Amino acid sequence: MTDTTEKAAAPPAPGPAVPGPAPAPRTARLWRGATPWLFLLAPLTLLIVFTYAPIANMVAYSFTDWDGVSPELHYTGAGNYTELFTRSDLFEVFWVSGYYLAASVVQIVAALYFATVLSFNVRFRNFFKGVLFFPYLINGVAIGFVFLYFFQDGGTLDSVLSLFGVHTDRAWLGTPASANTSLAAVSVWRYLGLNFVLFLGAIQSIPGELYEAAELDGANRRHQFRHIIAPGIKPVLSLTVILSISGSLSVFEIPYIMTGGATGTETFVIQTVKLAFQFNKTGLASAAAVVLLLIVLAVTWVQRRLVPDDKVDLV
Amino acid sequence: MNRRTVLAITTGAALLLAACTGTGGSSKGAEAKAPDDPSEVSGTITVLTHRTDLVQDGTMKAYAAEFGRTYPKVKVEFDAVTDYEGEVKIRMNTENYGDVLMIPGVIEKKDYPRFFASLGTPAERSKKYRFTDYTTVDGKVYGQSPLGAVPGFIYNKKVWQRAGITDWPTTPDEFLADLKAIKSRTDSVPYYTNFKDMWPLTQWTQVNGSVSCDEQATTRLAEGDPWAEGADLRTADTLLYDIVREGLVEKDPTTTNWEASKPRIAKGEIATMWLGSWAVIQMRGAAEQAGADPDDIGFMPFPVQRNGKFCAVALPDYNQAVNIHSEHKEAARAWLDWFTDKSGYAADNLALSPLKDAPLPDVLAPYEEQGVELLDLDDTKGAEVKAIDNRSEVGINKPDYRQDLVDLARGATKGSLDDFLAGLAKKWTDTQASLGS
Repeated sequence: MTDTTEKAAAPPAPGPAVPGPAPAPRTARLWRGATPWLFLLAPLTLLIVFTYAPIANMVAYSFTDWDGVSPELHYTGAGNYTELFTRSDLFEVFWVSGYYLAASVVQIVAALYFATVLSFNVRFRNFFKGVLFFPYLINGVAIGFVFLYFFQDGGTLDSVLSLFGVHTDRAWLGTPASANTSLAAVSVWRYLGLNFVLFLGAIQSIPGELYEAAELDGANRRHQFRHIIAPGIKPVLSLTVILSISGSLSVFEIPYIMTGGATGTETFVIQTVKLAFQFNKTGLASAAAVVLLLIVLAVTWVQRRLVPDDKVDLV
Repeated sequence: MNRRTVLAITTGAALLLAACTGTGGSSKGAEAKAPDDPSEVSGTITVLTHRTDLVQDGTMKAYAAEFGRTYPKVKVEFDAVTDYEGEVKIRMNTENYGDVLMIPGVIEKKDYPRFFASLGTPAERSKKYRFTDYTTVDGKVYGQSPLGAVPGFIYNKKVWQRAGITDWPTTPDEFLADLKAIKSRTDSVPYYTNFKDMWPLTQWTQVNGSVSCDEQATTRLAEGDPWAEGADLRTADTLLYDIVREGLVEKDPTTTNWEASKPRIAKGEIATMWLGSWAVIQMRGAAEQAGADPDDIGFMPFPVQRNGKFCAVALPDYNQAVNIHSEHKEAARAWLDWFTDKSGYAADNLALSPLKDAPLPDVLAPYEEQGVELLDLDDTKGAEVKAIDNRSEVGINKPDYRQDLVDLARGATKGSLDDFLAGLAKKWTDTQASLGS
């Protein structure tokens, strides 16, 4: 114990504020070098224990035929990966991601629009900000259940539509196209707030004088958006696009809770979960998860190549 | 740290973790002997159960108190698990999974000797108990279901009567005609799929045995084609397909609700559901709560007859077993035996008793009157069926293929029933061939 107190007391001594010709003692220097790492200890431990160790474990499982519970597991080499790539039906589910990709275009455009509008002085500005961001705060499971009632036969959506005299007699989750569109719409509703906040933050970091100057030069709102806002938030925009694409490839929560992947709404992650927990093919499912991870990394890499992250220079 | 060291460390960690995953399984072949003297056994045992409802309302505690009269030195504690399958499966990677537990469905039969203590030989147990071969591995029995159920149609008697139907249908066609009569003469939904909650659809697999009236139905699943002409599953799936095709189901199957369906059948808004005798008590309960007459809930067998007789299979619920790592195996065994033989758990649930000489429950009284033959399926090949099922990803006990079937029938996806069933049959028989080789 005394040892530690001694050490802990030591560091202030060699600080630049303290005059004296003697160089800092060895232990003190070591201690100073270790300080940032000590602060990082907690987050790094969490990161390793809950992110990197499970990933390493998953990679290890992907080379076995483990069923998820049996104490017996065998090394199968690249067997799972071979199976994965020789079964085209396992990749067909990526078509479903197309719906979510299309939805994320809508989502980004809408978020950008709202962020731009609300960054200017509008009445009830904060209220609208809250309304837009609120869905993102709700638990995904709750959202799934709420929207099940929403899409039910004679549910919220139908009653709202009938208020306007529209009497649709359709099962919203009934056919693959309509079910996927409905689910994608739910995910737009849910994630719009996040994109909106990111954009709003970026827009507000643009110095206000620029708008004033532009206005003096006779630029209207549209010009301001095109020449000030759009270039100003480019890094955030490209980040959002990356997040949307990887998000579309790995959709899970909403379709899993609402339809369980029935009626053609199965996504790659749902399929992986079913392989692991329904058919007890934990090895194959781990391989599928690794492949998805690689796909997402590859997409991100390509995108960074296409749209390099150059410095924003507004002036 | 440069990039290469990071890579090396990660790879090292991966290999290390891979080495750690092969755990357990050293103690094998332990036995949980029935205690000779009830007053001598002692210890505190934990019972894992999926019946969260019974733990919450104190029913389990009442059983434990009753048990304590015979075994004064044994203390029983309950651990109710909501997501039983998912959670217990993970806990079973350690040694700490209670003293007594229900065997999760995912545990492969061949692994039973690693996880559970044996209860004796099938020869001695099958004299007294049903369902013995469901847990028999290499001449030892590892579990005992505390109750059994008989699959069948739950129906609202009043609605069926109102449609002018007095007798149970004896063929699938007759059944369809009856549902059509219900649709045209009453306001009820003739058949409710419970599509969204998924598991009710898996119940259709339990038709297996009722059509062929053959105790070897499971063996034929393992060795033959379940979707061959006239086979049990083909008959069941065709009936389900026809019911949906004819529009005799709820308007929007994708947003069904299991909890809400119970009072609805009690009130006669729904006429029929394929479930099992276990559901009758729940429906009657729902009827009482909804202010309807519990006696309206009826129960009928699958509409197929052999030699003028209906057949129905007796199926076990979760099988109860003793943890091989338990420190109080005798006490655990005492609980298991007492719960099976003396607790009255089966009777309380209007379920089939696992004791062979026990009388049939009231629910099945109509079965007795009509002379429905009750089959005990031979489950010797049960493990093979499960292996084929998982390997082929057909999932006869999983909801996916029946959901696809319903989608096909209501025209949400394109294709013909024959092609669909042929596709399933191909996957199934191909896997049989690859496992056999």
